[in-house]
Amino acid sequence: MFDSLGLLPFLPFLGFLILFLSGGGLPRRIVAVVGAGSIGLAFLQALLLALPVIENDSLVSQQVIYSWMSVGEFESKFGLYLDGLSSVMILVITGVGFLIHLYSTGFMRDDPSYSRFFAIMNLFVSSMLVLVLADNLLLLYLGWEGVGLCSYLLIGFWYSNPSNGYAARKAFVTTRVGDTSMAIGLLLLFTQLGSLNIEELMNGAETQWGLGSGYAVAASLLLLGGAVGKSAQLPLQTWLPDAMAGPTPISALIHAATMVTAGVYLIARTHTLFELAPDVQLLVAFIGLATLLMAGFTAMTQRDIKRILAYSTISQIGYMFLGLGVGAWSASVFHLMTHAFFKALLFLAAGTVILSLHHEHDIFKMGGKRKQLPIAFASFMIGSLALAAFPFTSGYFSKDEILLAALAIEGPGLWLWIGGVVGAFFTGIYSFRLVFVVFFGESADHHDDKEVTGFTMAFPLMVLMVFALLGGFIHPPTDFVFSVEEAHSEHSVSTLIHAIMIAVPLAGIGVSYLFYGARLWSADRLLEYSLAKKLHGYWFSGWGFDALYRGLFIKPLLGLADLNRRDFIDSIVATIVAVSEAGNGLLVRFQSGSLRWYVLSVVGGVAILLTLGGLL
Amino acid sequence: MSILWILLILFVGGVVAWISEAINKQLPRWLALSSVILAMLPLVSLMDGGDDISSAWLSSLNTAWIPSLGIQFSLAVDGLSLLLIGLTGFLGIISIASAWEEINSRVGFFYFNLLWTLAGVVGVFTAVDLFLFFFFWEVMLIPMYFIIAIWGHENRKYAATKFFLFTQATGMLLLMSLLGLAYFNWKATGVLSFAYEDLLAVDLAGDVERWLMLGFFVAFATKLPSVPFHSWLPDAHSQAPTAGSVLLAGVLLKTGAYGLIRFTLPLFPNASSEFTPVALTLAVISILYCAKLALAQTDLKRLIAYTSVSHMGFVLLGIYAWNLIGLQGAVMTMLAHGLSAAALFSLAGGLQGRLHTRDLRKMGGFWLASPKMAVTAMFFSIAALGMPGLGNFVGEFLSLLGVFSVSVSAAAIAALGMILAAVYSLWVMQAVFQGESTATSGLQDLNRREMLAYGAMMFGLLVMGFFPNLFLVFSDSAISGLLSLDQLVAVAKGRW
Repeated sequence: MFDSLGLLPFLPFLGFLILFLSGGGLPRRIVAVVGAGSIGLAFLQALLLALPVIENDSLVSQQVIYSWMSVGEFESKFGLYLDGLSSVMILVITGVGFLIHLYSTGFMRDDPSYSRFFAIMNLFVSSMLVLVLADNLLLLYLGWEGVGLCSYLLIGFWYSNPSNGYAARKAFVTTRVGDTSMAIGLLLLFTQLGSLNIEELMNGAETQWGLGSGYAVAASLLLLGGAVGKSAQLPLQTWLPDAMAGPTPISALIHAATMVTAGVYLIARTHTLFELAPDVQLLVAFIGLATLLMAGFTAMTQRDIKRILAYSTISQIGYMFLGLGVGAWSASVFHLMTHAFFKALLFLAAGTVILSLHHEHDIFKMGGKRKQLPIAFASFMIGSLALAAFPFTSGYFSKDEILLAALAIEGPGLWLWIGGVVGAFFTGIYSFRLVFVVFFGESADHHDDKEVTGFTMAFPLMVLMVFALLGGFIHPPTDFVFSVEEAHSEHSVSTLIHAIMIAVPLAGIGVSYLFYGARLWSADRLLEYSLAKKLHGYWFSGWGFDALYRGLFIKPLLGLADLNRRDFIDSIVATIVAVSEAGNGLLVRFQSGSLRWYVLSVVGGVAILLTLGGLL
Repeated sequence: MSILWILLILFVGGVVAWISEAINKQLPRWLALSSVILAMLPLVSLMDGGDDISSAWLSSLNTAWIPSLGIQFSLAVDGLSLLLIGLTGFLGIISIASAWEEINSRVGFFYFNLLWTLAGVVGVFTAVDLFLFFFFWEVMLIPMYFIIAIWGHENRKYAATKFFLFTQATGMLLLMSLLGLAYFNWKATGVLSFAYEDLLAVDLAGDVERWLMLGFFVAFATKLPSVPFHSWLPDAHSQAPTAGSVLLAGVLLKTGAYGLIRFTLPLFPNASSEFTPVALTLAVISILYCAKLALAQTDLKRLIAYTSVSHMGFVLLGIYAWNLIGLQGAVMTMLAHGLSAAALFSLAGGLQGRLHTRDLRKMGGFWLASPKMAVTAMFFSIAALGMPGLGNFVGEFLSLLGVFSVSVSAAAIAALGMILAAVYSLWVMQAVFQGESTATSGLQDLNRREMLAYGAMMFGLLVMGFFPNLFLVFSDSAISGLLSLDQLVAVAKGRW
């Protein structure tokens, strides 16, 4: 029974069902046990399922539960598929997921909607597991939309504040734009290749479509549309910073560790298709590069602790896209995993900071908190070191692999590498800006607040600290999936390159120290220059994308809706009626209330006809 | 015989319910409820006969009616009609449940009209004599007119008249077309007949076929409705009592789609095939234009009405795909939209009953006071926006999949409707249930009767979403049978 793949998403789903059907009637302790327990059990089962795959990464297990829908030649099965790639994913989802659930039992303890919170969290984990285990794209799409729904429900969790509701809708609708592109991609793939089963699709694409074929380009572009939406990459990145309106554990689980990396998973899963369209693949790399730089700039200017982390997430997923774009599939998945460790750690630690300081989000109102909030401080130190790719932390190894792979490709490789290294410099700056401002210097406010802690909140942080530090020594079992040869390209790389890649993040941290640690330099003084002020405003607003989209899409749509509120077609109909009324005495009689007469005449007519029929 | 039983029980039940009002005002609703349940029993026996599901008709009945004019009283059921009759029965029960406390005046006559509407609809879904079909088409219209005109809201007379005029005017086109069809059949064979099987075989000249097809198409597209024949629907829906809205959205609209599938396509294959680009364009415009109109509404029921038109666009799209996948998608959309729209109208009616307004600007923050209603509304909004796992997604996805192989642009543009559906559905959720609590938020939550009705509809949508094959199996043979008609095969070969 425990080797059944179907059980894995079912366990959290069962938790959801129990919590949903009880309608919030269960005591908190039971809710916590059901909510976190179901994920804990799922983690144990995931370990059981994944261990053999880790030992032998060519191992694949499959299970078809039933035929979901079949019409004529179209069939989609509820079929699950576990290989090296999905093994990494299920371990991250259930492992990090369990820690976050455990943390939430403490974090959310005073919330009146405790049960609703865990119900949706469980549904989320279940959908996410379906997404990564699906053996066909339609089932993947079920999980894909399911996690989007849960994300929407959790961003708007505190629904009484209208701006939270707005953020939730923004997230759903923006990702829906991508999802629709992906759905059209599914239509194209099935129509051309006659299946939505991923394995069959990849084989079919390889045999029926040649390298650079138009179909491969179109299909991979459409799937890419879905991926940039879900993973908050350019041009659909605008929803993620606003998604921080949800409770902080949500940000950790959905908007850092799991759901937002679904786009990376999708591309990695369909990598064969992207390899057939090298131009699109290169586009993936450039999208990643542009996003990681854009978000890096913006992260340096934010004041809200969660928004800094949100932009950092966008930027780090940019690295994953960069990796995918240069064909470093394994490295991207590796970075996905290490990022899940250190970003979940950072978000949960931010949650502790926020909760301890009575929902303060502005880092400039904190300051000097390292003694007051020791566990959060330790978490932030370790998390930020990993984020900034400090040597031998987890982030160092994974980012290193991506950048080296970028450098190795012909043509734009050097530029991609330089861009990535510049991004790493920014990462050093913004991650330690946060650390220096919050934990060092003078205490600005909140002098007497104690750290909110306790086992359920401290334990997940401790575990994640260990993984953020040492997670780089875990090697994801994806070599077989991506047919990677054992020989790595590292030997050919000069020591100079290595030295640069180690030095640049340190330089970033150093710059950050000069500005925010030692305060020898001042960002405020920089802002006295008008150019700097303008740039700062631009970066702070996330490069003005919100304003752009408001002007480009939202306003015209609302204007159009407003303009034709009363449906001009109806007015035409009304005009026709009015005209014929004027000229037609019959209609005037009709309008003057003898409608009943008309009805009677119709009924009568039918009746006469019937009698007539009888007589004849 | 079992089809006749369904009709008889509904017709007679209606009369009995009307009369029973004289005894007790509570009696009509109980009688109506038991009539609908009783009427659905023969359906079970029909489903049982499903071993021979491959044969065209599961059950049929044929007696002379007006022999001198070649008119027969002939009814037949295939898998498609079976599904739609099932939907009619299910939503009949739901509509009675939603009228339970709302209707307090002339109760007997109300349930008489309700049951006769249902009977008319069942007749439409089963008639295989075209004249008889037209007869039921009228039967279904008149009681519905009364339901809106008598038990409707502030502007009911206007709405009822508009509904009547649209349906009646296009009904006349339908009548003329079918008379024309019978005439050409008579000229060719010397036999006057309205029988479906006979008329299928008529060979029409190109122009004649085009005009006759247009008469059928306009009548059915008005009922569906499709742009530009849709503007009766928002008025009818906003003014009708809840039970009326449930029947309108859930069942009556589907008769239009059924007519297209059963009659327009097979009777006029060449003309319909030529017409495909127009029909697909109308479908795409319906989807996007009415979704856009929904965004601008402040009257909750008008808004849902426009979304209904938008979703029915997917039905039209699937039908004119001319393939099994598209048509099955249309059928699934009909079933799923039947439930989700009925539930949404019912919720809007429930809100109106509690607040005495349909104005969105006067709502907000109801989640806190009525969480069950909020979660229920969330469920059906999510269904309407096409969440996989619920029936609507299956229908819309299959429709799009069917159309994609025919017209990539139609499918791709129609898919944009999925984005707009998310925009309006979630906007409504926020406007009504989220946000700050308002003065009116001391709203009474759903009671047991309501929970039972909504629970049944939720269950239905989940089953459709996760086990669509249970339904598709029934319509599969009917649709495949249709597509394998000689005329259609020839047309399809010529086209694609």
